[in-house]
Amino acid sequence: MKKEDIPQDPGALQKFTREVSYAVDENGNYITALSAGWEVKTNALDVAWSDIERKVHSAREKVLRHEASPVLYYMELKLMNVQVLADYTGFWKWQIKRHFKPRVFEKLSPKKLQRYASVFDITVDELKNGNWNESGV
Amino acid sequence: MKAEYNHLQAAHCENGVTTSLLQHYGVHQMTEPLAFGIGSGLFFIYIPFMNLNDGPAISFRTMPGLIFKRTCKSLAIPIHREKFISRLKAKQALDIRLDAGHPAACQVGVFYLPYFPKEYRFHFNAHNLIVVGKEGDNYIISDPIMETVTTMTSYELERVRFARGPLAPRGQLYYPKAPREVTLEQMKQAIITGIKRNVRHMLYVPGNIAGIKGIRYTAKKIKKWRDSLGVEKSRSYLAQLVRMQEEIGTGGGGFRFIYAAFLQQAHSYFPVDALMDISKQFTKAGDMWRNAAVQASGIYKGRLTAQQDYDVMGDQLMEIAALEKEAFRYLGDIVKKLH
Repeated sequence: MKKEDIPQDPGALQKFTREVSYAVDENGNYITALSAGWEVKTNALDVAWSDIERKVHSAREKVLRHEASPVLYYMELKLMNVQVLADYTGFWKWQIKRHFKPRVFEKLSPKKLQRYASVFDITVDELKNGNWNESGV
Repeated sequence: MKAEYNHLQAAHCENGVTTSLLQHYGVHQMTEPLAFGIGSGLFFIYIPFMNLNDGPAISFRTMPGLIFKRTCKSLAIPIHREKFISRLKAKQALDIRLDAGHPAACQVGVFYLPYFPKEYRFHFNAHNLIVVGKEGDNYIISDPIMETVTTMTSYELERVRFARGPLAPRGQLYYPKAPREVTLEQMKQAIITGIKRNVRHMLYVPGNIAGIKGIRYTAKKIKKWRDSLGVEKSRSYLAQLVRMQEEIGTGGGGFRFIYAAFLQQAHSYFPVDALMDISKQFTKAGDMWRNAAVQASGIYKGRLTAQQDYDVMGDQLMEIAALEKEAFRYLGDIVKKLH
């Protein structure tokens, strides 16, 4: 990459930093310069986020149809998967999968609900009757 | 307690931490490309049976932690690395170190990293930063990808040090044990070791998923993605590939430009013209990776949808594999003659 080809496309990075890029100058020597971002990777990041939004949306629909518990919704909202949620809460993966069932979720003890609530950064009340029926993300 | 510390911005966090700490500990010759090259950072691997954020597990670099470890080892610098179960002990160990006026590097997760924008906060746990001091409840942080020094409260720092999930940092703390002067001879030897190891990793790792063979494997996979995954999922897969290749930290072109810069700097230790020629080959490889990324973006933006477009990208990766194979073979021959 030549120095003058270092992309300076505005993107999500813009708000917090510019990144170091390596490129060659007119004599063919490597230099470093700051890049504001590159459209190609901004788009790649957008794809990742639209995937996440889709998953959150589908989880919300499931909760509203009583096919899943809010645990599923908040897990998707916090970009987690069952493994990561298991690591944070200390539950086993199979327990979490059970807790996805509305019938099981309703019978969870306050202590277990609290474990989920603290990991999701919300109150138990929000977990049970939360804003998952409004627009998420 | 505020220690004197020169903040260093780098392309990649682990290179940056390694370079910055070594400079602080008396190795003034250290630069990001040298740390990357001596630590044999360049790599390629596609792990087929593993998923990362619902996408393919692809990496353009070596395992987290190895660049620091190898670079220090090559230069005979003793290091300290410690993981913790207790959050309290993790905090105490860091505080003791800071009170004595010494910096320490931490492995952290980025999901709760307060100064990162939301768009970049995934459950990725192999980020590295240096804690350089403490003022009241605030820790002073030199994060190599940031332009300037930042701060975190003790709560925020504890949270990122104890992030969970794959590659959980478990409070990990590491630093060189003592200042060292590194001789010219040591630097030269370290460069040779680093190059030899990198040649070995790119050309001779058994199996077909790592090194040059891994690039070819990925090329073949990409050609099949449209049929096997469907258009929608292929878009996500290609986007993930590009993110691994170009996202913050690679210096562009999947670390190939940093490696090319390393070979140029190696040339000042070993004035052999071939190193400059090979450097040019890696620059070209980096450019080709970027062209492949442009092709991929055409697909994930939905502009390109035909099987032929996937074939073009697969062929681009095949060409890259051929070029990098030639470059590493050449490098393998040259390094034997360096002394």
